[in-house]
Amino acid sequence: MVFQKLAKKLAEHIGCEESAITRESTLESLGIDSLDVVEVVMELEDELETQLEMDQKVNTVGELVELIEAQMSK
Amino acid sequence: MSFQILGTGSYVPPRAVTNDELSEFLDTSDEWITRRIGVKQRYICTTESTADLALEAAARAMENAGVEPQELDMILCATISGDDATPALACMVQKRLGASCPAMDINSACSAFIFMLDTAAGFFARKKVKKMLVVGAERMSRLLDWSDRSTCVIFGDGAGAAVLGEGEGYLASRLLTKGGDDVIRCPQTNGASPFCQRPQPHPFVFMNGQETYKFAVQSICKDLKDVIGEAGFTPQQIDHVVLHQANLRIIQAAKKRLNIPEEKYWTNIQKYGNTSSASIPIVLDEMNRQGRLKRGQILAMCAFGGGLSSGACILQW
Repeated sequence: MVFQKLAKKLAEHIGCEESAITRESTLESLGIDSLDVVEVVMELEDELETQLEMDQKVNTVGELVELIEAQMSK
Repeated sequence: MSFQILGTGSYVPPRAVTNDELSEFLDTSDEWITRRIGVKQRYICTTESTADLALEAAARAMENAGVEPQELDMILCATISGDDATPALACMVQKRLGASCPAMDINSACSAFIFMLDTAAGFFARKKVKKMLVVGAERMSRLLDWSDRSTCVIFGDGAGAAVLGEGEGYLASRLLTKGGDDVIRCPQTNGASPFCQRPQPHPFVFMNGQETYKFAVQSICKDLKDVIGEAGFTPQQIDHVVLHQANLRIIQAAKKRLNIPEEKYWTNIQKYGNTSSASIPIVLDEMNRQGRLKRGQILAMCAFGGGLSSGACILQW
């Protein structure tokens, strides 16, 4: 669920097809920097009505999904 | 009774440092800094002190307002990069300006200009003052690790000032502190005694960029909506939005979330970098001297930064 929502947000943010985003995609290869990540995470917070802390460096979409899921399960 | 702004002034040191110049000794580039922060150049002190910057901005504001130093009833300065722990920066401005009123400093980092206006409003409300000088002045270059490409490219040195007189221009305000040192910190390490057993921290500006960005965008959106509503306006009735010039990306993200037309925002971070407490009065002075501010217009202002702190206000010019 988090992956689909995140992929949709990332695709909107960078203007690409959602299908181009996989769990293995590196943020760097998508042209996404750390401020883009926090921008998308803030949009997800609004949608999921939760607070997410960005306290770890992530390199791939899958790692970002894991970080968000870990916080949501707390 | 609150106040209205009678005049503004600003000053930056003459030495401009471009992104290309920074890329000569840092692993960075004009493209990266421009995309990530929006800064193209910043002014950096060489021989100037923080008091030099503050004095020049103050003198220009006094001239713009047509107010003499002896007319001032209070001087407030905002700084995190003053020359001395004591005397306060405001005391040196008082001396060098030739004023004789009480003077003190306020430290709420980048939010300090709004905290200072709110403090000033209290003195006016109590009818303790008829004219006040408020100055934000920063020599951020002395607080930076110039080998850390993630922080030193952001900031610049400069000062901005405003002279306040009796009036009804301060319509609403909101101050917020979310105390903590994990997101933004600049340790003061001078003077460890021979008995001190505390570890010496890295004595430069530290920022968690992602959390700073998040706090800033959320503060701008919430604080501005709150003060606009408190003053009885709608976003469409705001004539100018003046935001702390921390990062162009923060301003762009806030713009997307606020229902205020694009042309009402003023940005100058491209030219000055983040000058902390000086950024809002520098913007005000640019707008004032370019004739953008007309009497009666409504300004929504918001600043955010270390503390963590944020402040917003509605001001009628």
